[in-house]
Amino acid sequence: MKPAAFQYHNPLTVEDAVATLAEVAPDQGRILAGGQSLVPTMAFRLATPEHLVDINGIEELGRLAVEHDALSIGACVRHAAFHRPVLEGGFGALLTRMAGHIGHYPIRQRGTFCGSLAQADPSSEWCLAAVTLDASITAQSSRGRRTIAGADFIEGIMSTALDEDELLVETRFALPAADTRFGFVEFSRRAGDFALAMALASFRLSDGVMIEARLGIGGAEDRPRRIAQAEAELNGQPPGTPAFEAAAAAVAAELDPMEDAGTSAQYRRELAQCLARRALESAAS
Amino acid sequence: MTDKHDLTLTINGFDHAITVDARRTLADAIRDQCGQTGTHIGCEHGVCGSCTVLLDGVPVRSCLIFAVQCEGLAIRTVEGLAEGDELHPLQRSFIKHHALQCGFCTPGFLMLAVGILENEPNIADADLRELLSSNLCRCTGYANIVKAVRAAADELREGR
Ligand SMILES: Cc1cc2nc3c(=O)[nH]c(=O)nc-3n(C[C@H](O)[C@H](O)[C@H](O)COP(=O)(O)OP(=O)(O)OC[C@H]3O[C@@H](n4cnc5c(N)ncnc54)[C@H](O)[C@@H]3O)c2cc1C
Ligand code: FES
Ligand code: FES
Repeated sequence: MKPAAFQYHNPLTVEDAVATLAEVAPDQGRILAGGQSLVPTMAFRLATPEHLVDINGIEELGRLAVEHDALSIGACVRHAAFHRPVLEGGFGALLTRMAGHIGHYPIRQRGTFCGSLAQADPSSEWCLAAVTLDASITAQSSRGRRTIAGADFIEGIMSTALDEDELLVETRFALPAADTRFGFVEFSRRAGDFALAMALASFRLSDGVMIEARLGIGGAEDRPRRIAQAEAELNGQPPGTPAFEAAAAAVAAELDPMEDAGTSAQYRRELAQCLARRALESAAS
Repeated sequence: MTDKHDLTLTINGFDHAITVDARRTLADAIRDQCGQTGTHIGCEHGVCGSCTVLLDGVPVRSCLIFAVQCEGLAIRTVEGLAEGDELHPLQRSFIKHHALQCGFCTPGFLMLAVGILENEPNIADADLRELLSSNLCRCTGYANIVKAVRAAADELREGR
C-alpha cells in the first residue's frame, strides 16, 4: 500500500529540527531517519504521521568519531558504516559482525544505528549492543539535552524513554579495555530476517579467570537485557564448558520468552540457552 | 492535506522536473512521473528488493525512500545499464546463465549486483551469496543468479 499524506520538513540544523519537532509532535509529527522501519509501517498504514521531520540533511548528525575514549555515533550514521571495522580490535570487529545481521545490504545503506534504538524492536542488534555494553544516549529537544543510560532507554516493544519532542542526537560507547573479548551469535530462519533470539557476551581474563563478564540476550523477551545470574556464573571462573554451561542454564531459568504463532516460549528459551553458550565459546576462542 | 513539491530527479544522467506529494515513494515517482518503468514494485515494504535502484552509487530499496528526499542525488535504474544496443556485461551474463524466467525480479537483481560489484569488485563467493539474499526471486531458485553475477564479476575484474 501507499503511505498516507503527510507534511515534509527538512531542517538543516539540529536546532531547527527540534524546534520543528516541538511544533508538530502533538499532531503526530515524527523524525524520519533511514526510513527502513518507519516507511514500511506507513505503507501498512500502521503509522499515519501528519508530519515528518527528515534529519538526513543535517550534516553534523553524520559524525562517527572516537573521542575522549568513547565511540560516538551520530543520528545519521548508517548501519553500512560498520561494514568495515570502525576501530581496531575486538570491539570494532564485534560491531561489524552485528551489522552484517541487520536486514540486507540495501537496507543497511539507509537504516541508521540511532534509528534502530529509537525503533526499539526486541530483535534489534544495536539495541542489544546498547543495553549489554552500557551505551549512553543523548536526547535533545527545544527544552534542552539529557543523557539516558542504555539499560534505561528501552522500555518495551517499540517503546523508549524518548519523549515525543526529543531527537536522539547521538549514542556513545565508552571504549572497552583492549583485552576485552566479545562473542555474538543470533538465529533467524532465513538470512536477513529478524532474529528469533541472539546473545552477546563479553569478558576479560585476569589470572586465568573471567572478570567483568556481560551476557545480554535479545529477541527473546520484549526488550534485550543482561542476565545478572548468568554473569555471576562466569565471574571468577576459568573460561570453559563448565562455566559456559552454568551461565547458559541460568539464561534459560531467568528468561520469560515471547511466543508467536511459529515459536513457542520453550523453543525460544532453549534457543537462547544454546546461543548464550555459543556466544561465550566464540568470545573465548 | 496535500504537500506538493516541485523537484528535479536525475535518473541515469537525465533530469526529470516533476511535482510530487511528499508521500510519493521514489519507486512510484520513477515509474509514474518519470516514465521509467524498468524499476518494478513488488511488496512496497522493503522485503522483496524488486524496486532496487542505485542512489549515489549504492543499492537501496526505492519503495522505502520518498521522492522529495532524492533531489540532487544520482539515481541509476536498469534503463541506464546498456550503452545503446550494447548490453551491460551483467545483463549478458544473466541471459547466458539463464538467471531469469519471468523477469519480474531481474531489474532489482541487476541493480543490486551492479552496486555490489562496483563497491566490492573482489567479493568472495560466500559474501556474494549473502548479499544476493537481499532480493527475492520466485522463479529461478537463485543458483543461476549467483552463477551469472559471479561470472560477470570475474569478467569485469579482468576487463579492468
Ligand atoms: C526487510 C527488513 C529487514 C530488517 N531487518 C532488521 C534486522 O534484522 N535487525 C534490525 O535491527 N533491524 C532490521 N530492520 C530495520 C532497520 O534496521 C531500520 O533501519 C531500523 O530499525 C530503523 O532505523 P532507521 O534509521 O531506518 O529509522 P526510521 O525508519 O527512519 O525510524 C524508525 C522510528 O524511529 C524514530 N527515529 C529514528 N531516528 C530517530 C532519532 N534520531 N531520534 C528520534 N526518533 C528517531 C522514527 O520517528 C520512527 O518512529 C529491517 C528492515 C527491513 C525493511
Ligand atoms: S517493492 Fe521495494 S522491496 Fe519490495
Ligand atoms: S525471474 Fe521470475 S521472479 Fe525472478
